[in-house]
Amino acid sequence: METAVDINWKAIEKIIDNYNRDPEALLMIMQDISDIYNYMPPEVIPLLVKKLGVKESLIYSVATFYKTISLEPRGKYIVSVCTGTACHVRGAEKITEALENQLNIKEGQTTDDGLFTLEGVRCIGCCASGPVITVNQDTHGGVDRSSVIKVIDDYSQQAS
Amino acid sequence: MAKLENREALNEYRKKLQSKDKKKDHKLISLCAGSGCGAYGTAKVYKTLVDELKKKKLDNKVEVKLTGCHGFCEKGPIMVIHPEGIFYPKVKEKHIPEIVEETIKNGKLVQSLIYKDPVSKKKISIEKDIPFYKLQQRIIFGNNGLIDPTSIDDYISKDGYLALEKTLFDYKPKQIIDEIKDSGLRGRGGGGFPTGIKWETCRKHKGERYVICNADEGDPGAYMDRSLLEGNPHSVIEGMIVGAIAIGSNQGYVYVRHEYPLAVKNLTIALEKARKLGILGKKILGSDFDFDIHISRGGGAFVCGESTALMASLEGSPGRPKAKYVHTVEKGFRQSPSNLNNVETWANVPVIINKGAKWYSEIGTDKSKGTKIFSLVGKVVNTGLVEVPMGTTLRTMIYDIGGGIPKKKKFKAIQTGGPSGGCIPERFIDLPVDFDELAKVGSIMGSGGMIVMDQDTCMVDVARYFVEFLKEESCGQCNPCREGLKQMLAILTGICEGRGKEGNIELLEELGAMMQKFSLCGLGTSAPNPVLTNMLYFRDEYEAHIKDKKCPAGVCKPLFHYEIDPDVCTGCGVCLRKCPQEAITGEKKKLHELHQDKCIKCGICYDACKFNSIVVK
Repeated sequence: METAVDINWKAIEKIIDNYNRDPEALLMIMQDISDIYNYMPPEVIPLLVKKLGVKESLIYSVATFYKTISLEPRGKYIVSVCTGTACHVRGAEKITEALENQLNIKEGQTTDDGLFTLEGVRCIGCCASGPVITVNQDTHGGVDRSSVIKVIDDYSQQAS
Repeated sequence: MAKLENREALNEYRKKLQSKDKKKDHKLISLCAGSGCGAYGTAKVYKTLVDELKKKKLDNKVEVKLTGCHGFCEKGPIMVIHPEGIFYPKVKEKHIPEIVEETIKNGKLVQSLIYKDPVSKKKISIEKDIPFYKLQQRIIFGNNGLIDPTSIDDYISKDGYLALEKTLFDYKPKQIIDEIKDSGLRGRGGGGFPTGIKWETCRKHKGERYVICNADEGDPGAYMDRSLLEGNPHSVIEGMIVGAIAIGSNQGYVYVRHEYPLAVKNLTIALEKARKLGILGKKILGSDFDFDIHISRGGGAFVCGESTALMASLEGSPGRPKAKYVHTVEKGFRQSPSNLNNVETWANVPVIINKGAKWYSEIGTDKSKGTKIFSLVGKVVNTGLVEVPMGTTLRTMIYDIGGGIPKKKKFKAIQTGGPSGGCIPERFIDLPVDFDELAKVGSIMGSGGMIVMDQDTCMVDVARYFVEFLKEESCGQCNPCREGLKQMLAILTGICEGRGKEGNIELLEELGAMMQKFSLCGLGTSAPNPVLTNMLYFRDEYEAHIKDKKCPAGVCKPLFHYEIDPDVCTGCGVCLRKCPQEAITGEKKKLHELHQDKCIKCGICYDACKFNSIVVK
């Protein structure tokens, strides 16, 4: 899925300015850009080099080191299955399996229609409600194999 | 909101808020909006409640407050009605009309909603009488359920920023440091280093000093820092300001996980409000002291909880740890003296200043003072956050507060200390929990994650799980950690998949010893702990996997199958209906049959059977 997005350069410049063009804020700037596009479009990198005065290699190094940054396009809805210990002992793997079957993709992949990306996430700190999944910013606690399917259906309907 | 120009102005402001609080003759409904309850739908319940109160024209008489985490996350969304303290768990939108009509209007309890204690089977309506809360000592976490985290007024009215005022105007830096040293406070992030000594050492070094809050809570299964930041951010801010006065610092940073959006949001609001009141910024409360706090969001890298990695990340680089020839209190962030403490440690500071080191040091054990917040999760009835004095036994936590193991299953182990800790077996259940006692049995207290495991948890799988986690999170700089974890994972995966060989256990021990000795940072040196303690206490399970090719817990799929116990099966048909593979056949009220050729071992029948007639073989 190599669809280039239309980049709103003004919005990107505004994000960089919000952090006073501080190179120490590189990761946060990329996170804010990711919030708009659900990933960090590599087309933005030359602008970051220019505005922040950092090397391109550092940007790639930071972007690939941290899990919250993806340089590849991701779906409209990012479905993250918490794989923390509490969720693990309560069957998080079975939830991932159910989602993989339902969405017909493997963990780390995006559906062909570009709607869903399935990811695993390291403990989101809702351990008492495990197993837990998040869909973008929404958290769904105490899920099981059948209720996650319903969660996905709801988002599918919202999108159509 | 005008700036408070001096100490007296803050006092006046607090007094005004407190007298307003006392005057309130109307009811207060506190609804937990922490991440746990939020996941169960607090937002919808809140909206329905506000609408219903409006409809019944009660909105002027009843205040509704969205608070931080109350701790009893299993029962979310939680509602507490003050002043009585009526506790309603698992409140849904459909319950709201009845609650408003019966409890708010008529002053009666809604019988169907009252909490039932799983141990005594008694109904308990008042929050403080519930065993889960009754056995706790919530000196750090207690205000969470009472204040709106987005309101600085709520915090100030609960004697907030009193410690700041005292230390800023009455104490010399050395006095603050002595107070913290005398209290016996040790780092709550897991290291357990004496906080006062860290501050003292940092103060001795010249240069622009920094105070930093480690909110990169990465241990899977621990979430007390998240709940503190979300529910009571000002307590952390106040602790940091007091620390800055003691150390002589003008700049602070909170390094918080990007995956904690609510914590980031509430902290941002709290910082803005503190600046507006003149509690942060230039000339705090009219003194000569300047201090401000910035937020830096981490990017989902576990290793960034390590001090040198965290500081590299703050500088905008990948978070790779450095060898600690020079400590960060001397040369850390921007090569300057940097004092890093964890969220919970900072939140302890105002309490110590307000109540005094003597009072504080009387709580806890000989070498571990104060309370500790634990996240009691996994296979336990009452999951949630629990604050108890150091030295409380595992038994008290699991059985008296936690209510025991669900579904009458058997307790097997408790995992403490996250990926640097270990699994403690049942024979140590009367062990008092503090920094030193758990270390004696090969685990650590760590940041306070406690994951309860029952008979259905496979210990080899747990070891594999942690090693897989650490292999993913290893930064890859040093050989012992990078290659050691990779090989450990290959061996453990082999054992779980039925390819285990004689000699595997010894090889794991050898690899583990090498990693402990030669890895660069704490991640690598502690990485073998979950495997080594696990093999020490649950060797029979490893041997069952390797020699008999069996997984006794029924987790490792190639090593077990399900059977129906003919003596127990009632022929109720629940398993038959739920099986997605149509692998179960049988007539109603007659013994059912499970066809192995169709079974995918998904475990749905095992979970569904109320009579435990599906057995692992």
